[in-house]
Amino acid sequence: MTVHITRHGDASDGTEAVGSRLSRVDGPAKITGAAKYAVEQQLDGLAYAVLIESTIAAGKVRSIDTEAAEAAPGVLTVLTPDNIPPLKTASDWLGTPPPDAPYCPLAREITFSGQHVAAVVAETFEQAVAAAALAQVSYDEVPAIVDLSDGNAGDGIPIDAMTKAWGDAEAAFAAAPVRICAAYNTPREYQAPMEPHGLIARWQGDQLTVWEPSQWLDGMARTYAEWFGVPFENVRLVSPYIGGGFGSKALALGHGAVAAIAARMLDRPVRLVMTRPQTFTGYGGRAATRQTVTIGADADGIIQSIVHRGVNETSIDGMWVEPLGSTTSIMYATPNFSSRQNVVRVNSVVPGAMRAPGENPSAFGIESAIDELAYEVGVDPLEIRLRNYAEQDPHAKKAWSTRQLREAYAAGAERFGWSKRSPKPRSMRDGNQLIGWGVAAGTYPVRRAYGEAMVRILADGSVEVESSSIDMGQGTYTILAQTAAETLGVPADNVVVKLGDSRFARAGVTGGSRLAGVMTGAVHKAASAALDELVGLAISDPRSPFHALQANTLVVTNGRITSPRGEGPEVSIAELLASVGRDRIEAKGDTMPANSTAEERYKNYTTIAMALPHTEGDYSRYSWCAHFIEVRVDEDFGTVRVSRVVSALDSGRLYNPKLAESQWKGGIIMGIGQALLEEGIVDRRHGRIVNNNLADYLVPTNADIPDIEVISVGIPDPHSSVLGGKGVGELAIVGVAPAIANAVFHATGKRIRDLPITLEKLI
Amino acid sequence: MRDFSYLRAGSVDAARQASALPGAMLLAGGTTLIDLAKCGVAEPDTLVDITHLKGLDAITVDDRGATIGALAKMSSIADHADIKSRFPAVSEALWQAASAQIRNMATIGGNLMQRTRCPYFRDRENFPACNKRTPGSGCSAIGGVTRGHAVLGTSEACIATYPGDLAVALVAFDAIVHLGDRQVQVEDFFLLPGTTPDKEHAIQQGEVITAISIPGTPAARRSTYLKVRDRQSYEFAAASAAVGIEFEADGRTIRDLRVALGGVATKPWRARAVEAALKGKVLEADVVRRASLLAMEGAVDHGANHYKIELAPRVVARAILKMGETA
Ligand SMILES: Cc1cc2nc3c(=O)[nH]c(=O)nc-3n(C[C@H](O)[C@H](O)[C@H](O)COP(=O)(O)OP(=O)(O)OC[C@H]3O[C@@H](n4cnc5c(N)ncnc54)[C@H](O)[C@@H]3O)c2cc1C
Ligand code: SF4
Repeated sequence: MTVHITRHGDASDGTEAVGSRLSRVDGPAKITGAAKYAVEQQLDGLAYAVLIESTIAAGKVRSIDTEAAEAAPGVLTVLTPDNIPPLKTASDWLGTPPPDAPYCPLAREITFSGQHVAAVVAETFEQAVAAAALAQVSYDEVPAIVDLSDGNAGDGIPIDAMTKAWGDAEAAFAAAPVRICAAYNTPREYQAPMEPHGLIARWQGDQLTVWEPSQWLDGMARTYAEWFGVPFENVRLVSPYIGGGFGSKALALGHGAVAAIAARMLDRPVRLVMTRPQTFTGYGGRAATRQTVTIGADADGIIQSIVHRGVNETSIDGMWVEPLGSTTSIMYATPNFSSRQNVVRVNSVVPGAMRAPGENPSAFGIESAIDELAYEVGVDPLEIRLRNYAEQDPHAKKAWSTRQLREAYAAGAERFGWSKRSPKPRSMRDGNQLIGWGVAAGTYPVRRAYGEAMVRILADGSVEVESSSIDMGQGTYTILAQTAAETLGVPADNVVVKLGDSRFARAGVTGGSRLAGVMTGAVHKAASAALDELVGLAISDPRSPFHALQANTLVVTNGRITSPRGEGPEVSIAELLASVGRDRIEAKGDTMPANSTAEERYKNYTTIAMALPHTEGDYSRYSWCAHFIEVRVDEDFGTVRVSRVVSALDSGRLYNPKLAESQWKGGIIMGIGQALLEEGIVDRRHGRIVNNNLADYLVPTNADIPDIEVISVGIPDPHSSVLGGKGVGELAIVGVAPAIANAVFHATGKRIRDLPITLEKLI
Repeated sequence: MRDFSYLRAGSVDAARQASALPGAMLLAGGTTLIDLAKCGVAEPDTLVDITHLKGLDAITVDDRGATIGALAKMSSIADHADIKSRFPAVSEALWQAASAQIRNMATIGGNLMQRTRCPYFRDRENFPACNKRTPGSGCSAIGGVTRGHAVLGTSEACIATYPGDLAVALVAFDAIVHLGDRQVQVEDFFLLPGTTPDKEHAIQQGEVITAISIPGTPAARRSTYLKVRDRQSYEFAAASAAVGIEFEADGRTIRDLRVALGGVATKPWRARAVEAALKGKVLEADVVRRASLLAMEGAVDHGANHYKIELAPRVVARAILKMGETA
């Protein structure tokens, strides 16, 4: 992997405004170990909980013999479904009122292997682990449906909300002179964050504090509050740093309930951290998917029809829909289209969100299929994408807010040298290495929501920004400092951003790549209000040195206040506050409609029900990208190595290009893992993932990652966010896997439609 | 992980005595042992720490060969100038093993003794049947997920792959394991599973590996270790080959050839049939490829590991041809 030296515009040249390449302000704390993660809090009286999980995939717990475990040294309690107080079922993330039924995070009815059935709490972690091994759980087992290919899995449940159709796709396909039809599969994939899931829960009376890595403090606080029947305000979530989430840390999960129950029963703070193997079954990764994509085209490769059918797995008692027609329906112009999706219940934990849920597997289908069409009609794979370019959203039939995809193709192709590609498969080689070049596009919708922030200008002229949003590595601390600095006219160094405490100004979920757009907007608004107040004071307070000037506005730059034409004094913010006798200026701002009710505000931050549709109004809003990838495939061994990546991306305006580039590269790296390595392997007799650790579930190492060049082709998109940005975090993974599969085809002449592309599929 | 007592051995003799007691285990770098203890597979009563014993980490190389103390770290052997020049396959096998962090911790003694990565072996709670862990309990792998399992040297009791890299190179060059005064050929040090897969090494409780010696030969000097895997680094071999070659004066006719395989067998696997087929022959690509197929004599697959039967001979052939090129 190459370290890219930043040549211009970084903090060292003194520009720190929005759009500059300021380095991560939280970097030094993380590198030196000063950053304290959630479960590293030192609390008096801390007890340790360890989960016991089911070893069958389907059936019932007959009995749990806890005697030996209870008698083991240091054990405080052994929790089972029989001795824990029932909780109330909490509402879902849309805020749908829950059924009036009890919720028990420890299961009697087993629907997947690895389900939590009991927990041991002890004075030390080691004692809890040792005692957990002594608990005897016996089961009545019944046959499980292990995965999508299980004979008993069936066709699943049609999800009507996923149906999209226009024209007469079947008829147009039947009439098309060129027809492509293929099935594409993706396996279970896992977020595998470095920091495993875990928490510390502490009760003080009816007040619950939870230190837990979280992508959504307010949403999780609501769930805890509903579970325990206490007011939302009684629950405080603290999550200052997060060691990766990728979608998996947005919801309060069963293990959190277990820890909070234990803390309440024992009246002691309790820490519970999942083991690495438990992170493969304690919550869901990306659902396994199957898609059939058929394309009817004319002899020039102009698409006449797309018929798409998708299936994803979900659990026996939970519902996860991975929207497989999402990219399919918007990437190319087609007069006829049909997409439908079913969901199949299998004995697994309910799948969950993982970087670009929906768009990612969807793109693997359509972006592979269009490549197959390109070879079928003998047109360059880039050219066929341009011939079928969608000038407007083919599904919503609305104008794109901005779509710099054509520019992405051009910029990427130019840097990659695409024009030198030899069109025939197996026509480029270097010794034993077959070389292939592939292209694929990606997209992700712009998810929008309302945000809130607190901005304080303190007596010493420094600025504090507070929000209960979070930074899991994407750079929230940094871009919010930049936003406040630019709006207020102070150096970014003088801004302290505080995140990750649900007592701060409220925030919705950090997911769907929405946080930057939402929070820069909210900080901009709050900071503007603070600035207005500051300038107002300076102009109108009789004690202000500007009072005599009778100006109607003032300018703040670099922390100093002047009049626009420079007449009159120049004073620092601190001096002004001192002169007018104020120790601070405080402004809370939000971007919600002014007449919103308290109930609507609560709903906005604790559910996703108020998110604004990306096709609201006159426009359809998406981020776009094009990946150009070179692979080398060993002709004898079938091993695939990615040797070059050039990606051009349209995320609108970048608040901090350095951080955006890092996120794009992270997404591309994760896409390389998805294409070549990642797969949860199920023992089909036991319905259990066997490679549930990081030695056997492979993610890319540095040695797997070549030079990655990313090019921003975005322009400010005023319809997508206050400051003009679109989404960054999820976009870049979308399209990487098909670009690699397409490159592998170009290298070898073999079309691999099942991820990951491991060596045995190519030898 | 359950409670155990910890003891620092003051000498090799003390280590022998302490580790002779039932439930005692030697602790070197701990990268295998602590990991297995955490999975509940290793359940030591006493850990006998030998890491601080003096003089056991020496590496000496001369014309007769190399002697490497049991406590030498994987990284220091890999980086040793004379090992690199006289035993390139040994250095390369170590460089391609595990990760930098593990290589800095792990010792050569512990490396030989590393256990299989069979996922069933490592998960006793979910898969009680494992003959290697619990003799007589059965084998969960047969009929299960077998992508990484062995195709050579298997038995009805166990099909687990020997995962290490270094030992493959050692087997190719007739290295010797020193257990104090007793010496065992490394090839004999590793046992086939047969009906007793729990018994993996020709070492008795209370014996300590003190050193490994490798005879210096022209074939060892002209050698390589080729490791093939899906991930470029930090993964065990799908198939690997240690190859050393010595040519006659004509520079084309093979006088001595050593071939051993990793990632495909229940122990580090010497491919003598390939050696025999090529000794005395002129090195030619076709001949080498055909002879390399002999490496798979007797191979049996269990479904998902079938690819190894195709892959391993290609790895062998590539390694031999690569050694030929550098003539
Ligand atoms: C994630 C991961 C990936 C890995 N990848 C690879 C790989 O690609 N290739 C590879 O070859 N290896 C790999 N390894 C294995 C690694 O090389 C071994 O764990 C390491 O070499 C063991 O050495 P150690 O000193 O840490 O042994 P320990 O863990 O201390 O001991 C291992 C065993 O050897 C015994 N022992 C130790 N020293 C002696 C002695 N002197 N005499 C007698 N018995 C002794 C111990 O009692 C114990 O049973 C990997 C390991 C891990 C965890
Ligand atoms: S292959 Fe060997 S180690 Fe694996 S389960 Fe079977 S007996 Fe155990």
